[in-house]
Amino acid sequence: MFLSISLYIALAIFGLSLIYKVSTWFRYNIGIRSTEMATSRRFLAAIKGIFLTVFSPKILTLLKIFTLDVLLQLRILKEDFLRWLMHVFIYGGFMLLLLMHALDKYITVALVDKYYSTINPFMFLRDLFGVVVIVGVGIAIYRRFILKVPRLMTNVMDLYTIVLVAVIMLSGIFLEGTKIASYTDYKRMVDEYSGLSDQQELKALESYWVKEFGVVSPHIKAPFDEKLIEQGRELHESSCAECHSKPQWAFTGYGVAKTIHPIALEIDQAHLPSVLWYIHVLACMVGLAYLPSSKMFHIFASGLSLLANAVMEKGKSDPANVATRQAMELDACTHCGTCSLRCSVSVAFDEIRNVNILPSEKIASIKPLASNRRLSSQQLRNIQEGVYLCTNCYRCTVVCPVGINLQDLWFNIRETLLQRGYPELLVLSPLSFYRGLMREETVLKDYRKPLIQAREAIAAQCDLLRMKDKVLPLTPSDRSFRSGLNLSAQAKTFSVCFGCQTCTTVCPVVANYENPQEALGLLPHQIMHSCGLGIRDLAFGSNMLWDCLTCYQCQEQCPQGVYVTDVLYELKNLAVKQLREKTVR
Amino acid sequence: MNFALFLGCTIPARLNQYESSSRAVLEKLGVGLVDIRDFNCCGYPLRNIDFKVFLLSSARNLALSEKRSLNVMALCKCCYGSLKKADYLLKEDASLRREVNATLEKEDLRYEGRSEVKHLLQVLHKEVGIGVIKEKVEKPFKGLRIATHYGCHALRPSQIVQFDDPVAPSLFDQLVEVTGAESVDWSMKLDCCGAPLWGVNDELSMNLTVKKLMNGRRSGADYVCAACSYCQIQFDKVQKMILSQRSLDHPLPSILYPQLLGLSMGIDGERLGLKMNEIPISDIETLLTEPMALPT
Repeated sequence: MFLSISLYIALAIFGLSLIYKVSTWFRYNIGIRSTEMATSRRFLAAIKGIFLTVFSPKILTLLKIFTLDVLLQLRILKEDFLRWLMHVFIYGGFMLLLLMHALDKYITVALVDKYYSTINPFMFLRDLFGVVVIVGVGIAIYRRFILKVPRLMTNVMDLYTIVLVAVIMLSGIFLEGTKIASYTDYKRMVDEYSGLSDQQELKALESYWVKEFGVVSPHIKAPFDEKLIEQGRELHESSCAECHSKPQWAFTGYGVAKTIHPIALEIDQAHLPSVLWYIHVLACMVGLAYLPSSKMFHIFASGLSLLANAVMEKGKSDPANVATRQAMELDACTHCGTCSLRCSVSVAFDEIRNVNILPSEKIASIKPLASNRRLSSQQLRNIQEGVYLCTNCYRCTVVCPVGINLQDLWFNIRETLLQRGYPELLVLSPLSFYRGLMREETVLKDYRKPLIQAREAIAAQCDLLRMKDKVLPLTPSDRSFRSGLNLSAQAKTFSVCFGCQTCTTVCPVVANYENPQEALGLLPHQIMHSCGLGIRDLAFGSNMLWDCLTCYQCQEQCPQGVYVTDVLYELKNLAVKQLREKTVR
Repeated sequence: MNFALFLGCTIPARLNQYESSSRAVLEKLGVGLVDIRDFNCCGYPLRNIDFKVFLLSSARNLALSEKRSLNVMALCKCCYGSLKKADYLLKEDASLRREVNATLEKEDLRYEGRSEVKHLLQVLHKEVGIGVIKEKVEKPFKGLRIATHYGCHALRPSQIVQFDDPVAPSLFDQLVEVTGAESVDWSMKLDCCGAPLWGVNDELSMNLTVKKLMNGRRSGADYVCAACSYCQIQFDKVQKMILSQRSLDHPLPSILYPQLLGLSMGIDGERLGLKMNEIPISDIETLLTEPMALPT
């Protein structure tokens, strides 16, 4: 009764949240283009897409990917053997337990002539599968907490998942162990199945079960009467053996039964087996009901992501389906951390403590963004910095074990955020090279806006620049600024500049303009001089700084050995730092 | 002769032909390549933003190759320049080295400065040698005029990169001429390709690229030859984008050096990824001479 009611409740919650979660795939918007497509259009496009794919030669690709990547998970194996072992153990063991043990009434009974959970091979297999899962969970704990895989972060959802699986498994084993030792359960079985009533025979059978089967009886203890045991064995074979194998086969439970032997009677009297049964069943039901809202949802979403990405082609697939796939991919992420391990720039996280630099954390931050939840400007800036600090090397996408096209996600999110209007100084670095290459993509609606915004944000910091009748002090006014140019010894060399203008003369950027000062502000030799004077605003506010090619012509030619390009680099670093301190974090 | 091959971020994602052609050529010349999967970004794009991130990124790569007792060979000149720069700074400045090592130690890595950083062209010129390459050139080009593009971050700052004479370099010209092609003189040979500003100030970047390519064309070159991922993409994909916006009378297609060398060594154009270039270069194959018949 309890079982059925809890099952139906869990199933109902499972079903409703499944529908809700799947609906988000059609409702959430990632990227600028997806907002233009109605949910109904996306839903119909998905149905059409699935239909067209299934009835085409692409079905073979789907079958191949389903076998190799979804079932055998070869993409994980390619990355890391230990992780593959962990995952195959947990998922393989759990699936087998689900099919053979949890759903025995529906599946095992239908497949096998004579099924009792207490006979072999089922009794042995149940424990074997359980051990397999526990070893898997053990590896998971080892990787996260002892091996400390670099940049593998553990969030609440990861903990929930590990704890839930551990509770289900351990409660199952302890339930089995306490039942093996339980006198109450022994009596129940004798009443139900043996048909014995003779006191002598009952005593003989009980002695045999106490000696051989680990039952702890309040009446019978060692030493045993040989004859009684022999009689018990015969009775066991005639009335019990057919449906009950030796509990030693259930090796984990039997181990527990042996361990708790001294207090087994008290445990039995306290009805611990039934308490454990409730824990076991409830944990399973909670897992089922909460599955679509938890990390476990990746069981569905990851497989679908692998399949969808295998048959979808950039540029050819319906944009509506791309939008839907990208929303689904947010659920497919298992937070395994492979992307962050392989990310080309994740090393930056050691210096810039913004978790959104790490792809595995970035994708988690994108979820609330896609659902249109209100985020603080601070959160938005952090995500924006994280998605821009990326060399677009595609490594995250190549290694993702569930085939998420992370690179496309970043690209779409990047543009959406940039258009919101928070200036991002990273756009003024060669990280923008890729954005430039993609400028003909329709996603880049207002291509120039972020570039202008970033320069304006810096100029806004420079009061002196905006003053019309500015009076420049000719003695160093900002000594902390001067001494702040100290990241490497090179930048200090500005002080030996004697203003010969060679740097400016050889600069190809200066040469590009008829009136360079109008376009660039201060020219290289003037910037060197303003550093000497300690006038921060003039140096930071000059376009020259951000239009520098870093071709090193100036530095190479300088007769005084001023590291002109490196000074410019350092000024850029300082400007970024200054603005970042005011905005991010 | 073994090197840790440093591909960087751009080549595997956007310029596969540079990798495949380099591998093909180096294999024929007996240069062994070791792939270190843990390599990360060289730090170049981050120099504008944060010096420490740049330094740490480069240092981590150097420490990784040091751990395997290998010298590094970079294909991209911006990677080369960054690794060289970091190597120089870390050798000079003990406090920077301590700081970087404190972070690297968390991953059981350490920078000691034992790995040398080389660029592909240096390896070909200095380690393999023009003589050995010459022996492998089976089908020298005839009547091909090439504008060699040295690349800023390989040449400068010369004190740090020590690639070649920064004012009158000849390393690349020699490598081009060994294939039978003629390396033309052009005044903007040592100038920037414009790539560092692509995406930052496109107008300026285009001006510089156009000016340079026009100069190459006027000097009589049929192709510009690059050995850097940024320069190549700028001359290829970006030039193609410029062509759709501005009226250039004629494009100057760009070929990667290992593609050029590979063809003259008789390597199949397919393997060199000739078709992957955005501005077609397959015509260059018509300028190859047939292998000389062996004396009977």
